[in-house]
Amino acid sequence: MSDPILDPTFDPAARDRGGPAQPLLSVTGLVKHFGGKRSWRGGEAKGAVRAVDGVDFAIAKGETLGVVGESGCGKSTTARLVMQIIKPDAGEIVFDGEAVGSRALDLEAYRREVQMVFQDSYASLNPRLTVEDTIAFGPRVHGVPRREATGRAHDLLAKVGLEPGRFAGRYPHELSGGQRQRINIARALALQPRLVILDEAVSALDKSVEAQVLNLLLDLKAELGLTYMFISHDLNVVRFMADRVMVMYLGKVAEVGPSDVILQQPSHPYTGALLASMPSTDPDNRTLEAPLFGDPPNPIDPPSGCRFHTRCRHTSAICANVPPPLAAVRPSHEVACLMAQPGSGHPLAAPLRENAA
Amino acid sequence: MSSPSSSPVPTGQPLVETKDLTVDFTGGARPVRAVAGVDLTLGAGELVALLGESGSGKSVTLRALMRLLPERRATTGGSIRVDGRDVAALGRKELARFRGGTVAMIFQEPGLAFDPVYRVGDQIAEAVMRHEGVSRRSGRARALELFERVRIPSAATRLDNYPHEMSGGMRQRAMIALALACRPKVLLADEPTTALDATVQIQILLLLRELQREFGLAVIFVTHDIGVATEVADRIAVMYAGRIVERGDCRDVIRAPAHPYTRGLLFSRADHAFTKGTRLRTIPGSPPDLTALPPGCAFAPRCAEAMPACSAGVPEEIAASETHVARCILLRPGVQSRTDATAAA
Ligand SMILES: Nc1ncnc2c1ncn2[C@@H]1O[C@H](COP(=O)(O)OP(=O)(O)OP(=O)(O)O)[C@@H](O)[C@H]1O
Ligand SMILES: Nc1ncnc2c1ncn2[C@@H]1O[C@H](COP(=O)(O)OP(=O)(O)OP(=O)(O)O)[C@@H](O)[C@H]1O
Ligand SMILES: [Mg+2]
Ligand SMILES: [Mg+2]
Repeated sequence: MSDPILDPTFDPAARDRGGPAQPLLSVTGLVKHFGGKRSWRGGEAKGAVRAVDGVDFAIAKGETLGVVGESGCGKSTTARLVMQIIKPDAGEIVFDGEAVGSRALDLEAYRREVQMVFQDSYASLNPRLTVEDTIAFGPRVHGVPRREATGRAHDLLAKVGLEPGRFAGRYPHELSGGQRQRINIARALALQPRLVILDEAVSALDKSVEAQVLNLLLDLKAELGLTYMFISHDLNVVRFMADRVMVMYLGKVAEVGPSDVILQQPSHPYTGALLASMPSTDPDNRTLEAPLFGDPPNPIDPPSGCRFHTRCRHTSAICANVPPPLAAVRPSHEVACLMAQPGSGHPLAAPLRENAA
Repeated sequence: MSSPSSSPVPTGQPLVETKDLTVDFTGGARPVRAVAGVDLTLGAGELVALLGESGSGKSVTLRALMRLLPERRATTGGSIRVDGRDVAALGRKELARFRGGTVAMIFQEPGLAFDPVYRVGDQIAEAVMRHEGVSRRSGRARALELFERVRIPSAATRLDNYPHEMSGGMRQRAMIALALACRPKVLLADEPTTALDATVQIQILLLLRELQREFGLAVIFVTHDIGVATEVADRIAVMYAGRIVERGDCRDVIRAPAHPYTRGLLFSRADHAFTKGTRLRTIPGSPPDLTALPPGCAFAPRCAEAMPACSAGVPEEIAASETHVARCILLRPGVQSRTDATAAA
């Protein structure tokens, strides 16, 4: 059997196990609480930060899932859980039909399939490694001989638009932010992953370099058959990159659906507030009041019922009592809001029809 | 928060003024000219947005204003006056009071501001105690007030967090609180909202506008985001390769950018630029080598409108409108752009 890392013609599609209809990643009931005191009798920890509190989502093969949401809502934690950098308290992660950590897909094998690019391009590079050693490091750890690993690093450098002759021997401090981020991308690709998680991977770049990196990400995706989970605060960028968008609020999914629907006619009031908060492009028409009032609630003691009810313009008595389930409002668009659910009891919800035609 | 103590600067004089500021890094094989002659003025209560290419010297300029550059490896030229004082001449003790007390900085990398091993609230309280000689209790009280001011949820509990226990956005807000702790007159904000979601970002931008209005806080705000600059800036300055290539009234620069680099920058962010399935427009080429800056306009090698005269010398600042100047020879009377015909279309 040929080693995928040694074989330059290795085709990620050839590793496809479940076929096109099988999501590449599917996550159910993901939970991660930080800190807090657990009583000796077990059970729920008291005072814990409920960073990720029951999250379900799937990413189809070849798709880009954009992830947006309030600072602190659990996006990075979700990414780190998917990457298995931290252990979930509960939940299941299934990769191409195989449960992660099962006998069919142990952690080491899984870690080759999924890679991550972090926001901070500088902190995530070892200052004492040259660019080529940085990129070759992962494959070397996985047992690839030095020569091959270095050759592969040079190919990847060329692929991300950095001429190997000029850049291979440089150290991180000798690079600009945009160049460093391209090194991070090259490093993430060195193990030929199928899923790449990009956590604010372009937000530190200037707009011209950002545009280059985004174009590059689209090219690499097409060329290598990649699937992306793309976390960003920049809604313009998400609109450009994502096929579907997942909106998170306080450890839960608020809304998920096709990118053009979510970013143009959102159903969840939080998504609406998020879109309304985008900076103005007209100096004579500046934002005078923040569209979202109030403070983000405490993730240690989140509001009852709908977690957004304390800040929602349409809140009604029922919202404090009934946690809205994430339910489809139309095919492939799911919303966790009682207003969107016929017969929920919210005054603005449509009445329930007995025999919907 | 009370207003900063009265300024020794007579009204009408700028709070910050740099003249021909240069910074050379001499640590490497060849000296790097990171800042190549920057003139910047800032009045009380004024907010200037500093835009520009990655590596163009924005952060280094801010660091020079606070004298934070490594003195052995960086040579600073020209003059910097802040609040009526020559920054280069400040003694050790004065410098310590100056940093934080007169000028405070919000860093681009949140990691730089906080010590990972101490609680965030204690670090803010510590700064207040050191600067104002007050008790730990009043230091903590101020920290709490600041946390509430920058809208950190459950402020009282969050004071006890270690930096790693906060999300990126929350750490950024804590850093703003730290910068405001000693009631500075000038705030240097290096991309303070890039890590924040839109709802929090707009809150922070409105907060900065409020502090500016209420306390006359002067702000230099580095950002890559033209929308953000549009929301907060009175004036805009655009940097390229260590120089300010265009500066002026916010409206003028945004509506009628005069320098080809600024135009490229604004184009790449126009609303239609983000149509799915298209490619994003980029400025072709790469930024110049700062160890060997070209003799003339540093943008010329990437500029679609460049002509031989561009490399003759660094273009002077030429008026593009009443409140707005740019360093581009196309603004010289009688100089005709090659692409004028197509640009008009
Ligand atoms: N190691 C940790 N210990 C304790 N709390 C943590 C830890 N890591 C994250 N948290 C908390 O978990 C919550 C979610 O954090 P996370 O970093 O996932 O947010 P995020 O959505 O990525 O936010 P941002 O957009 O600001 O980066 C926050 O309240 C954060 O303070
Ligand atoms: N300590 C240093 N030694 C050598 N060169 C340096 C040093 N610090 C900065 N530089 C160089 O000075 C130039 C200006 O850097 P600066 O950090 O000011 O850029 P910037 O405009 O803030 O860019 P960005 O938008 O990416 O933050 C860069 O080319 C950088 O590589
Ligand atoms: Mg994050
Ligand atoms: Mg910078």
